[in-house]
Amino acid sequence: MLCQECGVKQATLHFTKIVNGEKTEFHICESCAREKGELIPGTPGGFSIHSLLSGLLDLEGPGKEKSAASKIAQTQACVECGMTYSQFSKLGRFGCSSCYKYFNSGLDPLFKRVHGSTLHVGKIPKRAGAQIVVRRQIEEMKQELGISILQEEFEKAAELRDHIRRLEKEIAQE
Amino acid sequence: MPSLRFTEQALSDFMRSGGGSHSEIVISSRVRIARNLQHIPFPLLASLKQSEEVLEQLTPVFGGEEATEYGSFQLVKLVDLEDLDKKVLVEKHLISPSLVNESKGGAVMLNEDESVSIMINEEDHLRIQCLFPGFQVQEAWERATAIDDIFEETVNYAFDDKRGYLTSCPTNVGTGLRASVMMHLPALVMSHQINRILSAVNQVGLTVRGIYGEGSEAVGNIFQISNQITLGQSEIEIIDNLQSVVMQIIEHERNARERLLADSALRITDRVMRSYGILSYAAVLELKESAQRLSDIRLGVDLGILQGPSVSIMNELNVKTQPGFLEKMFGDEMSTTERDMYRAKLLRETLGTKN
Ligand SMILES: [Zn+2]
Ligand SMILES: [Zn+2]
Repeated sequence: MLCQECGVKQATLHFTKIVNGEKTEFHICESCAREKGELIPGTPGGFSIHSLLSGLLDLEGPGKEKSAASKIAQTQACVECGMTYSQFSKLGRFGCSSCYKYFNSGLDPLFKRVHGSTLHVGKIPKRAGAQIVVRRQIEEMKQELGISILQEEFEKAAELRDHIRRLEKEIAQE
Repeated sequence: MPSLRFTEQALSDFMRSGGGSHSEIVISSRVRIARNLQHIPFPLLASLKQSEEVLEQLTPVFGGEEATEYGSFQLVKLVDLEDLDKKVLVEKHLISPSLVNESKGGAVMLNEDESVSIMINEEDHLRIQCLFPGFQVQEAWERATAIDDIFEETVNYAFDDKRGYLTSCPTNVGTGLRASVMMHLPALVMSHQINRILSAVNQVGLTVRGIYGEGSEAVGNIFQISNQITLGQSEIEIIDNLQSVVMQIIEHERNARERLLADSALRITDRVMRSYGILSYAAVLELKESAQRLSDIRLGVDLGILQGPSVSIMNELNVKTQPGFLEKMFGDEMSTTERDMYRAKLLRETLGTKN
């Protein structure tokens, strides 16, 4: 798909903006997105990709009082790669994996809008995520334990309890 | 410069072998997963030196001479490629346009039958792509995740307990998974049902775009349907959702085809035969027309109006009629008119009486 701004480059940024229940899609290339304050044609009143993302990030919503937190967030930069929050909102891209940590406070609204969710529930890397896997396993077993107690399956419950204890010990040792 | 075998033939071996269910409607299934390495900025900000470091970490995983379960891999660095070869690789969907245009230290690892394509230093450090003919999203996902596991034995991924796999673009975070299915939907287009269906698809977290088209316009009635959400759904849920929606679209397309044949058999037969005639005898053909006529012929074969050409030949022609491939076959640097002429020649020779 070509960029709807320049019509030349491949669009790499895709957004959906919903205003009063009306959905508008935007497909823009990176260099156009980079241009600060560039207006997107065909939008009533017009708004820039900048304000679009900022809107998603709840920083410069029209008519909104800027909270102290958002002011801090705006000037905040990722210590690892140096990208600032407002650069991120203009580019629509993170500079490095640490950006996720430094911009964390502003990300939930963005992820909610884009994905309808803020938490990963999928695959976990086997090696690096071994601990996470075990923690999730413990969570699942605790739920199972609750059920088996309710259903008075005490033998099974005891087994589960021992298993959970073993796993918790393993994690603590690592 | 050694010739690149991946750009010699239009159809990858995996596509040639055919197979995959519902291949009269689903052309191919693709899964891509995005991964990044720890402690190195994403390609957007990485220096050339850092990009080379990424390459050094990632290439040895499949770099050995010995064949893996997925074939042996060849590493191709973008700087070593002619522009035309890059163009052809894009037309075959083996690499993305942004690997060509925006990448520092970009490279791709391809296996022999080209069903696996591993891009390095694209928007993310690593993008594993698996392509299968027909409707085989599940199979594509299984292969991609297995290859992901092999990488993960050697390298450290940027992963967060809460956010999942960390990617450069917020639209890929979480699973990093983009699963897509390429579908040929001529009857839904002809019966004006396509927009209604596509907007319904948008409402269940999927996106649709035309392939090779300008804007979102589909050329040759070919549409690509993929998941939009990557965070908050597991890979299995994403694949299941896509599969069930695609199944429903297949059903709608089938019904629309049956209705076409029942209500307007003469009109549709005329349209198919005319397109066949034009592709067999025309002297000049623009891409847009050839794509539309090829779509008619594909439909004609499916409806039993025409005997042959095979699905595999149709798939091949879709790729071969693209600008890069024509230049690759008939000579570099063509004008548009020359391309249109060679496109017609190619189609005449493949479909026509070969005189
Ligand atoms: Zn642009
Ligand atoms: Zn950063």
